[in-house]
Amino acid sequence: MGFDWLFFAEVTLAGLGSGALLALTALAYVLIYKATKVVNLAIGEMLMMGAYLFFGLAAGYSLPIWVSILLALIGGGILGAVIERAVIRRMLGESAISIFMVTIGLGSIMVGIVEIIWTPNPARLPDFMGTAPLFIGDAYVSRKIAISFAVASLLIVGFVLAFRYWRGGIALRATATDQGAAFSCGINVPAVFSISWILASVAAAGAGILIGSVGGISPTMGVFGLSALVVVIVGGLDSIIGALIGGLIVGLLEAYAGTYIGGEYKLVTTFVLLLLILMLRPYGLLGTGEIERL
Amino acid sequence: MQTESGTRPVLEVADLTLSFGGLHALSKVSFAVQEGTIAAVIGPNGAGKTSLFNCISGFYRPQHGAIWCEARDISRLHPPERAKLGLARTFQNIALFRGMTVLDNIKLGCHVHMRTGLLDGLLYWGRAEREEIELRTEIVERIVDFLEINHIRNQPVASLAYGLRKRVELARALAMKPKVLMLDEPVAGMNREETEDMARFILDVKEEWGITILMVEHDMGLVMDISDHVTVLNFGQVIASGKPADVTANPDVIRAYLGAGNVSQLRARIAGRAA
Repeated sequence: MGFDWLFFAEVTLAGLGSGALLALTALAYVLIYKATKVVNLAIGEMLMMGAYLFFGLAAGYSLPIWVSILLALIGGGILGAVIERAVIRRMLGESAISIFMVTIGLGSIMVGIVEIIWTPNPARLPDFMGTAPLFIGDAYVSRKIAISFAVASLLIVGFVLAFRYWRGGIALRATATDQGAAFSCGINVPAVFSISWILASVAAAGAGILIGSVGGISPTMGVFGLSALVVVIVGGLDSIIGALIGGLIVGLLEAYAGTYIGGEYKLVTTFVLLLLILMLRPYGLLGTGEIERL
Repeated sequence: MQTESGTRPVLEVADLTLSFGGLHALSKVSFAVQEGTIAAVIGPNGAGKTSLFNCISGFYRPQHGAIWCEARDISRLHPPERAKLGLARTFQNIALFRGMTVLDNIKLGCHVHMRTGLLDGLLYWGRAEREEIELRTEIVERIVDFLEINHIRNQPVASLAYGLRKRVELARALAMKPKVLMLDEPVAGMNREETEDMARFILDVKEEWGITILMVEHDMGLVMDISDHVTVLNFGQVIASGKPADVTANPDVIRAYLGAGNVSQLRARIAGRAA
């Protein structure tokens, strides 16, 4: 029997599914980096907070699923706004390393808060996607992964369109290329900072709810943020398209490596890719050549 | 500050003091720019010219003093608010939005005068869109024609030659429909031909568009040719101001620029050493 193409197709679909989630999380990194030049290592934890907010509202307060999702996204946005205004804004102008370390600290604090409120034990999110398997042609796809892929793709398309055509998106692009010039063109740069943090946090919270629905939640699920960081470095810290392509590449690579080489090689493969990219194109596939060295 | 003619200047700076730690970048700098004129600020490197510009456009907060634009105290306003009131500027090291086209850069200058805010833009696509279209036709076309950059309108700014980039930056500032246009070294690094073009544009901006100009420039030829009023800064202080011819005759100015005595003394010293 030759190569099992059907199985390959199923693995590919699963890879695209997790790739879309990676891309969505990577987008959160890119949005924040573009506007404020901060590498926010707390993205993983903000994603976790989003998932736990949803969990608390839907399971704890038994609110309807859609209301819980909406409130969790809003809550994520508020969290981002508060972090930006209360902590990051005061740090602007400090060295990149300092701000980077502060975000790591913020991540630990969020893990602590979640462990105090919800205990460190893993939990399952209320099921709202159903479990009936889906078939694309003959290939089986987990329903949850398919729905996650669709939702993540929609969100990403929304962000990309907003970035292109919405005036706030244009203001963000202008701020990203030259803060001084943006300021003197009448763009309210601090507002752009806030908006980018809010949007990124909403994206992270959304990714958290999707990831939590697929694999369950725990205070350590923020580690997913590290995989997304690899995506961002592969794609380029300041490139939205790079985040999308990088997400799909890493998602597929992890799926293939996990299936054909063995689960334990998944992360190894990802980091070998990271190493290769860093050696060949230190600023990522599509990034511009002047990013901070950390 | 009342002037001879009785009209209030369009831009006034009074007693401006700015220090970074112990370094006085500006001390008690005062001057006024009359409407419809070209005012120049000159001075040796490090005299505080760009610091002065940054104070006026709001990037730096001076410790003392005040800035008025059309009789309104703008000292406490943020840069975007000052931009809305009609202060546009260019930068010494060209600050364009790389990765965007010439046209997009110019359109961002119009950003200041959009009636809808950031969030409105999200909610009312129709209105924001109509505005965009009106803008494109109205202001942008006029500027593109005027500055003769029609042939590069769709090119990314990163691909342009230095002189053209300076021109695009001027175009973006004009798109802000400013009352006062602040030019930070508009002809620095330009060749003779480019400098002459720029001088012509600056004069036309004043005469055809009725915009007041405040510029920092090292090219004394240009300053003498086109400006109506010159202020000289040295070590953060105003050492002379007046008509171009008066200022160049001022011994303090000569000393500031040459560093020692006056021209004849300097010549004598060189001759003495050679002998």
